[in-house]
Amino acid sequence: MAAHNLKHALFCAFITVIISYPILGLNLIAQGTSVTLEGATTATVVNVFLAAVAVFLFQLFRDNIMGVFGRVPNLNPLAKRGPVSQEKRLLMERVFFVAIILLALVWPFIVSRGAVDLATLVLIYIMLALGLNVVVGLAGLLDLGYVAFYAVGAYTFALLSQYFGISFWLALPIGALLAALFGFVLGFPVLRLRGDYLAIVTLGFGEIIRILLNNWTTLTGGPNGIGGIPDPTLFGMEFGRRVKEEGNVSFHETFGIAYSGEHKVIFLYLIALVLAIFTLLVIRRFMRMPVGRAWEALREDEIAARSLGMSRTAVKLSAFTIGAFFAGFAGTVFASKQGFISPESFVFLESAIILAIVVLGGMGSQVGVILAAIAVTILPELAREFSEYRMLIFGAAMVLMMVWRPQGLLPMRRIQIELKEQG
Amino acid sequence: MSEATLYFIQQLINGLTIGSAYALIAIGYTMVYGIIGMINFAHGEIYMIGAYTALIAITGLATLGIAWLPLILIVALVCAMIVSSAMGWAVERVAYRPVRGRHRLIPLISAIGMSIFLQNYVHLAQGSRNIGFPLLIDGGIQFGSEATFQAQISYMQITVFLTTLVCMTLLSLFISRSRIGRACRAVSQDLGMANLLGIDTNRIISATFVIGAALAAVAGLLLGMYYGSIDPLFGFIAGLKAFTAAVLGGIGSIPGAMLGGLILGVSESMTSGYLSGEYKDVVSFGLLILILLFKPTGLLGKPEVEKI
Repeated sequence: MAAHNLKHALFCAFITVIISYPILGLNLIAQGTSVTLEGATTATVVNVFLAAVAVFLFQLFRDNIMGVFGRVPNLNPLAKRGPVSQEKRLLMERVFFVAIILLALVWPFIVSRGAVDLATLVLIYIMLALGLNVVVGLAGLLDLGYVAFYAVGAYTFALLSQYFGISFWLALPIGALLAALFGFVLGFPVLRLRGDYLAIVTLGFGEIIRILLNNWTTLTGGPNGIGGIPDPTLFGMEFGRRVKEEGNVSFHETFGIAYSGEHKVIFLYLIALVLAIFTLLVIRRFMRMPVGRAWEALREDEIAARSLGMSRTAVKLSAFTIGAFFAGFAGTVFASKQGFISPESFVFLESAIILAIVVLGGMGSQVGVILAAIAVTILPELAREFSEYRMLIFGAAMVLMMVWRPQGLLPMRRIQIELKEQG
Repeated sequence: MSEATLYFIQQLINGLTIGSAYALIAIGYTMVYGIIGMINFAHGEIYMIGAYTALIAITGLATLGIAWLPLILIVALVCAMIVSSAMGWAVERVAYRPVRGRHRLIPLISAIGMSIFLQNYVHLAQGSRNIGFPLLIDGGIQFGSEATFQAQISYMQITVFLTTLVCMTLLSLFISRSRIGRACRAVSQDLGMANLLGIDTNRIISATFVIGAALAAVAGLLLGMYYGSIDPLFGFIAGLKAFTAAVLGGIGSIPGAMLGGLILGVSESMTSGYLSGEYKDVVSFGLLILILLFKPTGLLGKPEVEKI
């Protein structure tokens, strides 16, 4: 072992102690106005020490460990397999979508009310992630303020129902179109910017929207939010025990069944499911249309794409607007599901979660994004202890994905045509 | 002096105080951007960790019964700088070096992940509630008549000014005189060429992160004392503001970061003084968007030429 390695390993272990001990080992306890310092439990100190030892050993034997890792893929049985043929892959994808939609259809009738509610949330995240996937995954525009469009959708429905008594079905297209309009108007000036500047500008825009919602108290109710958002109706049938609006009838009376609070939850879930499938199909179509190809071309090489005559603004703007449109969709469903919205639901962290879903799933890949949305939403619910560490793990996962597998867990494959040799 | 003038002067003083602290954080963004062309999104978190470490050191000394103010401040400053620098070094090593040179968005997403990770690291270790910073330096110099309006420069504000001034002077000397400083300038001009000429660019990049983090730690101590309380989220907004300052002054340029910080601080305090404190963030983000749209090179930046 070279002395250089030893020195480096010792240094790394030392740094590990410096960055972890003061923050983890010494806890600030605030009691009223006075602050006291309290040493952490022995377990924490031991853990810090163990972490330092682990870093030391890893750095010392780094070359050996990396060598072993280099050989690992050979053990993977899938590594040697050639690429799946085009037809087979499309078939597999189709089977996957049909299976997951079938499962989603029977889901509300076999599980509890809470699980259906959670599934609705998963569907909302799927819509958001599919929308952001267009912007980030396909067009390669990093949008850190995506949640602003989600907020526009949600607030449009909440405000329209509060001031004009507009129903869910009318608000759905209005909310989505308004969000798309916001995307268009914002996109117009900012899409000239280079990738990382664009990210910061969209982040600033998202924050501005949130601050406005928070402070424009007369219109949005400020931090108190807006409550009493109506539930969706089925052809004028309401799902409450009593009919709220005159002229409407209630669902359970029309069909002569006993009232159950579950009807509403299941109905909302089915709406979300239909909208999610709609989102999936529309974006799938877009991906195969010329505009979808143009998104990818521009992402891969902007200069080459422009020299082939593509309009940079038009192509980017279309991706941005379509992404915003589906965020508005998801926002309306979200407002209707919660019945109450406040700026708290539209913080930067929410944008980061949606971005994490897209990054984990594999930018551009719809199957990957759907699976990642399910995993990211359900895991914290399954393990309560996990939910505390949720964001910590998301952050770490984003870094690790970028370092090891920037294409995501299930990377996107482009549809291609293979020329067969003529015999 | 009339009441209105005094009020204006008061806002100006407040703005310059905040602005000089922003400038300290902005240096970290601008140096990193100047050398490797990436936005170090986790820089705000490094600043927050500096503030936490400083508070831990201050509380620790108070527990030990040490009450001599200069000693407390110096120990807190040194502790914060050491921990933040180590953090800056580690972040670069873990999250940025492996992705260097890849597509622009990949280091940025990695940096966002790092920022979320560090925020929650402190959140889990120290709790999410905001913790009060003890008032170590109080009092100030008043001027104006007591009957109408009194402008005040507090000793705390003077401390912030002086510390910033000392740090900036040291940094300028370091960049212009020292060996590492010269290497920094060479690397920021042309990384590949500097490498060919025998400069260990990896070391210089690490040094950049360490310097930026140390200055952010100074800002963390100063602003923590100035605001009087800290929480794990307070690095995020400050980081964004400092980035705005860096862009305003021309990203990549160190004097630009200083100028940008001061302008941003003053425009923010003018907004809260004359309009409403709630909209001061809107003004700075709006300013950021406008500069990026109309003058992406900032006030003192050099135009970036895209090579094919």
